[in-house]
Amino acid sequence: MSILVNKDTKVIVQGFTGKEGSFHAEQCMAYGTKIVGGVTPNKGGTEHLGKPVFNTVKEAVKSTGATVSMIFVPPAFVADAVMEAADAGIDLAVIITEGAPVRDMQAAKAYAVKHNMKTIGPNCPGIITAEECKIGIMPGMIFKKGNVGLISKSGTLTYEGANQVVKQGFGISTAVGIGGDPIIGLSYKQLLPMFEADPETHAIVMIGEIGGDLEIQAAAFIKEHIKKPVVAFIAGQTAPQGKRMGHAGAIVSGGAGTAAEKMAALEAAGVKVVVSPADIGKAIAEVLAR
Amino acid sequence: MNIHEYQAKQIFAKYGVPTPKGKMALSVEEAVENAKELGGPVWVVKAQIHAGGRGLGGGVKLARSIEEVEKLSREILGMTLITHQTGPEGKLVQKLYIEDGADIKDELYLGVVLDRAREMPVIMASTEGGMAIEDVAHDSPEKIIKIAVDPAIGFQGFHGRELVFGLGITDPDEQKKLISFASKLYKLYIENDAEMIEINPLVKTGSGEFLALDGKMGFDDSALGRHPDIAAMRDISEEDADEREAAQYGLSYISLDGEIGCMVNGAGLAMGTMDTINYMGGTPANFLDVGGSANAETVAKGFEIILKNPKVKAIFVNIFGGIVRCDRIANGILEATKLVDVHVPVIVRLDGTNAPEAAEILRNANIANVIAATDLADGAAKAVAAAKQAK
Repeated sequence: MSILVNKDTKVIVQGFTGKEGSFHAEQCMAYGTKIVGGVTPNKGGTEHLGKPVFNTVKEAVKSTGATVSMIFVPPAFVADAVMEAADAGIDLAVIITEGAPVRDMQAAKAYAVKHNMKTIGPNCPGIITAEECKIGIMPGMIFKKGNVGLISKSGTLTYEGANQVVKQGFGISTAVGIGGDPIIGLSYKQLLPMFEADPETHAIVMIGEIGGDLEIQAAAFIKEHIKKPVVAFIAGQTAPQGKRMGHAGAIVSGGAGTAAEKMAALEAAGVKVVVSPADIGKAIAEVLAR
Repeated sequence: MNIHEYQAKQIFAKYGVPTPKGKMALSVEEAVENAKELGGPVWVVKAQIHAGGRGLGGGVKLARSIEEVEKLSREILGMTLITHQTGPEGKLVQKLYIEDGADIKDELYLGVVLDRAREMPVIMASTEGGMAIEDVAHDSPEKIIKIAVDPAIGFQGFHGRELVFGLGITDPDEQKKLISFASKLYKLYIENDAEMIEINPLVKTGSGEFLALDGKMGFDDSALGRHPDIAAMRDISEEDADEREAAQYGLSYISLDGEIGCMVNGAGLAMGTMDTINYMGGTPANFLDVGGSANAETVAKGFEIILKNPKVKAIFVNIFGGIVRCDRIANGILEATKLVDVHVPVIVRLDGTNAPEAAEILRNANIANVIAATDLADGAAKAVAAAKQAK
């Protein structure tokens, strides 16, 4: 078991023949992901990496039965690609591209929601079910199979967290990089109940950062609905006010969205909050030993 | 990206959002000329910097004669203006805006920002104009009206009614004028990919007109590509020179107050590294995300920028190698230390793909001030110790 994706998940790649799309599609295939084809307009009918290329997502879905799309198109075309996937009946779009305009994502997400398509990202490392299916750009080898679910706004902190969990002798069920943009797809609140329902997942690592209030919403949700132990780290405790810390959404504005308020809310919800990401692994060992 | 008040007002004017007449000036002579052109009898001389609180800092003043415009322009142009948003070092005033004085009866607040929780723009309005909206939100949140507008339907009549009734505006003519004002503001927010607009104050004049007395706008950096007219409004002299230089090399840099320089891949891990240094009793000197491809060139540039800060006593390079293997990054770091004279201890933590090979490379290189660390905690501890020793 796992959440959202597994070894049988059929995946297409939008932006399949581009440099990034090609490189990472190949890496995903090497990991074992069932990439069944890709979409690049005007290259339909050709083959790339031994898989068929289609002009439209609709054709790709019809011909391959894919349910998930991994999106690598340039920022200006992300919204179009997401809406095309939703329109074609894709269940989950994983948007890797960084730098999509906020207004585009607002419209694309609203359309996706209307069509019951889940989205992950943009500006994220993707999703991985350890040793089964990698849809994204993370280094697969650090994700050993195990019973810890992971949700993170940051790419390298996902790797850092997973690596520590593995070094403590545990492993990862599924890890989801949700991205650090102001408007993102699936977030803690939607993913936490999936992990709660997954019998393979015994504990959850949640990595957040300054800006917005998704972590606060998560804290309220955890308090009411999550029985499994949760370990959390919030990045940006030492970040100055009003400065954007790399991610488009990582900004404390008007005194709101600070690490301190998020940590306090999570602690009040019974979450084990670590002050340094260096303690994520130890904290997981602790909660799983209970 | 942020723009100046005078530029925001140019955009307002294009959309028919009423503002007092005014003109930007780069010199005292130009300021006087502008004032003569405007005609008076009352003018406002305004410092143009990218920060709020200009009035309290002495950067906005009323003039009742051309001579006074000249005197005030001479005072304000070239001054270092310190406000609650500039930091203690303040900002040099290089531009003025000379504006018609307005007959102010009432001061309101009107803004548009993205509501991240609702995932749509929200119009914010308050009767408490002229005050910092953060203070109003803190002291009397009930005095702020928030109206979320779904871009799928746009600004509708009911949004307008919520606004005017919420602000207690009862005169039908005034209601009509303010609704038109807000609807135009929403339109220009959407069409220009703005991130925020703030008009504080929006004034009602003695004759019942609404005017944007101030104007502050910020834009979504990711959307500037499709707005060349707005991108052209960028004033690089308002930006931090080091941050700008770093950005040219694909590095995301923000300087802080501490002593330990940080070079990290990924924004989240970069913040986490700062937090860990702080947790262990040290102080981070900067945020620096070198991005996905930490190679010799970017690392060398990173060293250069970090070392510009004389307070830096040690550097912590914290890289989690994924697709880019650690052994390649280790070689890049060694090469970078040859390109740049790094005179402080450099603690290097490389984890992830091929980490043992990377550690071997660093050990064999045997460079005196390059210290290898095994993990994040170890690296941060060594960096804090090195910085303390350097004192």
